[in-house]
Amino acid sequence: MSAGSSLTPFPVAAEVAEAVHDRIEGALDATTTLVGFARTLRAAGVAATQPQLLALIAALDALDPRRRANVYWAGRLTLCADHEELLRYDRAFDAYFGAAPVPRPSPVPAVPLRRPTVSAASSADDADQPDQVDPTSPTVATAASRAEVLRHRDVAELSAADLAELHRILAAFPVAGEPRPSRRWRPAHNGPIDAAGTMRELLRRGGEPARLRRRTHPKRPRRVVLLLDVSGSMSPYAEALLRFAHAAARRGRGRTEVFTIGTRLTRVSPCLMLRDPGAALAAVSAAVPDWSGGTRLGELVKEFLDRWGQRSLARGAVVVVLSDGWECGDPALLAEQTARLRRLAHRLVWVNPLKARPGYAPLAAGMAAALPHVDDFVEGHSLAALERLAAVVAGQRSHG
Amino acid sequence: MLAAGGEGLLPPGARDPAAVRTALAEHGYLADDGLATACYLALRLHRPLFLEGEAGVGKTELAKTLAALLDAPLIRLQCYEGIDAAQALYDWDFPRQLLHLRAAEAAGVHDVDRLEAQLYDRRFLIARPLLAALETTPSVLLVDEVDRADDEFEAFLLEVLSDFSVSVPELGTLRATTPPVVVVTSNRTREVHDALKRRCYYYWLEHPSFEREVAIVRLRLPAATQRLAEEVTAAVQAMRGLDLLKPPGVAETLDWTEALVALGAGQLDVEIATATLGAVLKYREDHERVRALDVGRLVADAVSGGG
Repeated sequence: MSAGSSLTPFPVAAEVAEAVHDRIEGALDATTTLVGFARTLRAAGVAATQPQLLALIAALDALDPRRRANVYWAGRLTLCADHEELLRYDRAFDAYFGAAPVPRPSPVPAVPLRRPTVSAASSADDADQPDQVDPTSPTVATAASRAEVLRHRDVAELSAADLAELHRILAAFPVAGEPRPSRRWRPAHNGPIDAAGTMRELLRRGGEPARLRRRTHPKRPRRVVLLLDVSGSMSPYAEALLRFAHAAARRGRGRTEVFTIGTRLTRVSPCLMLRDPGAALAAVSAAVPDWSGGTRLGELVKEFLDRWGQRSLARGAVVVVLSDGWECGDPALLAEQTARLRRLAHRLVWVNPLKARPGYAPLAAGMAAALPHVDDFVEGHSLAALERLAAVVAGQRSHG
Repeated sequence: MLAAGGEGLLPPGARDPAAVRTALAEHGYLADDGLATACYLALRLHRPLFLEGEAGVGKTELAKTLAALLDAPLIRLQCYEGIDAAQALYDWDFPRQLLHLRAAEAAGVHDVDRLEAQLYDRRFLIARPLLAALETTPSVLLVDEVDRADDEFEAFLLEVLSDFSVSVPELGTLRATTPPVVVVTSNRTREVHDALKRRCYYYWLEHPSFEREVAIVRLRLPAATQRLAEEVTAAVQAMRGLDLLKPPGVAETLDWTEALVALGAGQLDVEIATATLGAVLKYREDHERVRALDVGRLVADAVSGGG
C-alpha cells in the first residue's frame, strides 16, 4: 500500500480516515461506557451530575484508561462529592465493571440501608400555605378563635381536623436562635468609627472633611441544633415536633441542624430543607431507620458530640433536646454526656411533652440524670408550649 | 488560557500518577495511589483538589509539599466564621489613596478625571490571598478549613474557583494567566455545599496504615530509630481505637516521636510514655481515659505488636 504513495495520495488518505474512524469509534465507546456508569451511580444514589461526568472524561483523557485503577480513581475523584457516597461508588463500580480487585485505601465504613417504614407523615396536607386573606373577613376571626382553642390542647389528643390546623400554623412558625453579634461590620448610625468608610467619604469629596462614618457588628442568630427523640414513647408528639423542626430548619437556612435520636443517630437537616412540609416529613421518614424503637439517649448524645458537636455544631449553639427522657441505656453516661454538651453549647434546652401532665415529676432515670445540666426545662405538648419553646430558643428566658 | 499546554503545571518528567507519587515522596510526603492520581490530575487539568478527613491526617501538609514540589509560593487562606471578600480577595488601600490625593492637591493637580483614574490604580489595590494566588504564576493556593467559613463564603469561593478571575468594579476583570493549583481542605465539622465539592476532585483522607505511618515517621524524623517509630505508631494507632474525644492524627505521632527523640529515648517505655502523653492527647478526659486503661499495657502491646 505504501509503495508509490508519493504518486497516489488516495490510499494514505484512506488509512488516515480509517484511523480517525477507529479513534472516534473508540472515543464513542468509552463515552458510552462512562455515561452508562454514571447512570448506574445515579441509581445507587450518587448525584454524578453532567459537569462531573465531563470532568471524568477529561481526567481519563489525561490518564491511561486501560488501567483499571485509573478508571476507578478518576471516577471516584470526580463523581463523588461526599464521604457518604464513597461506599455506594465502590459498590456501583464493582457492579458495573466487574469485581476485579483495585487496590483501595481501606473499607469505607458501611452506610446502613434506608428503610422507609413509618409514615404518619404523609404528604396529604402539603401545600397548605396560609393564604393571603382579607383580615376583615369573618373566616379569619373563626380561624383565630379556633387557633386560640387549639393553643392549649395536648397535641396527642387532637382530632384529625385540629391536627391539620396545627400543622398549618406550624408551617409558618417563627423559630430562630438567640441573636449574637456577628464578626462582620455593617455601616450603622452609632458604634465605633469606620476608618475605611470615612476615608472613602473623604476621597469622594476630594479630601474635604466629611461626616464620620460609623459601623457596628450586626446581630446574627445563633445556630440551633435540635435533637429529636423518635422512640416509641414519643410517637404521639413526633410529627408535631418534626414540623416544628421543619419550621426551624427552613427559617435557619442552613444554620439549623436537626438530628433524630432513637436507637441510631440520623442527621435529617438536608431532608428538612425541602420547602413543602409534607414532602420534607416524607423524606425524613424515609431517612430515619429507627422510628418507634427504644432510646439510647446517652450513647447517641455521645455519638452526636463525637461526630458533630465537639468539632463545631454544638459550640456556641442553642441545643434543644426534645425527649421524654426514657433511657434504655446507662443514665450515668447520659448525665456525663449532657454535662459535656452543656459545656460546649451556649444554652441547653430540654423539651419534655410529658412535663405538662398533671402530677409529672422527672422520675424517668434518664430525665433525672440529665436535668441538673439543663439550662431550660420546658414543655412541648401544645401549640402554646411550642410558642414558649420558640421564645426560649430566641433567648427570652423562661420561668421554671 | 492554559499557557503551559497539555501538561499543565506538572513538574518536568512527571508523566503519570506514579511519577507524581515518587516526586511527592522525595519531598517527604507519602501518598497512596488515589491521592497521587488526584494530585496528577489537579496539576495537569487545573481543577481544584478538595481534601476532607479528620484533623491531622496530612491535608495541609499536602499543599505545602505541592508548593515545594513545584518550587512555587504557597498562598494560604485560613477560613473562619465571618470571613468575607475584603479579607479573602482584595481591599483598597485607603490611607495611601488619601496620601496620594493630598500630594496631588499640594502639587496643584486639578484634572479630576485623571486624578480619579490614578486613585483607582492597581497599585492601590491590596491583594488578599485569592487575588494574590491568581496573580502569581505558578502558585499553590491553600484554602484551609473551608468548613469553618459560612456558606455565603462557599458560594463566593465557588465563583472565583470556577473561572479563576475576579472582577474589581473600578478596574475590570483580573484573570489568572495560568490558574494556581488549588487545595481546599475541610475537617468535616459541617457539610460543605455539594456544588463546591463537585467542582473539585474530591478525596477522602484516612489515617494511614501501620506500615505507611512508620515510613512517614522514619522519613520525617530520621533521628528516630526504627524500633521507636514502630512502637510509637503502634501505640498511637491503638489510641485511635479507644474512642477518645480527639483521636491523635499523624501530626501527633510525629510530635510524640520528636519529643521522645529529644529526650534521648530509643524505645517506648511506660515511664517516658506517661511523661510525654501531652504530646499526643489534648484533652484532660482523654488523659484520664488512657491512664485508666493503663498506659503500661498499651505500651506493652505496642512494643510486642510493633517490635
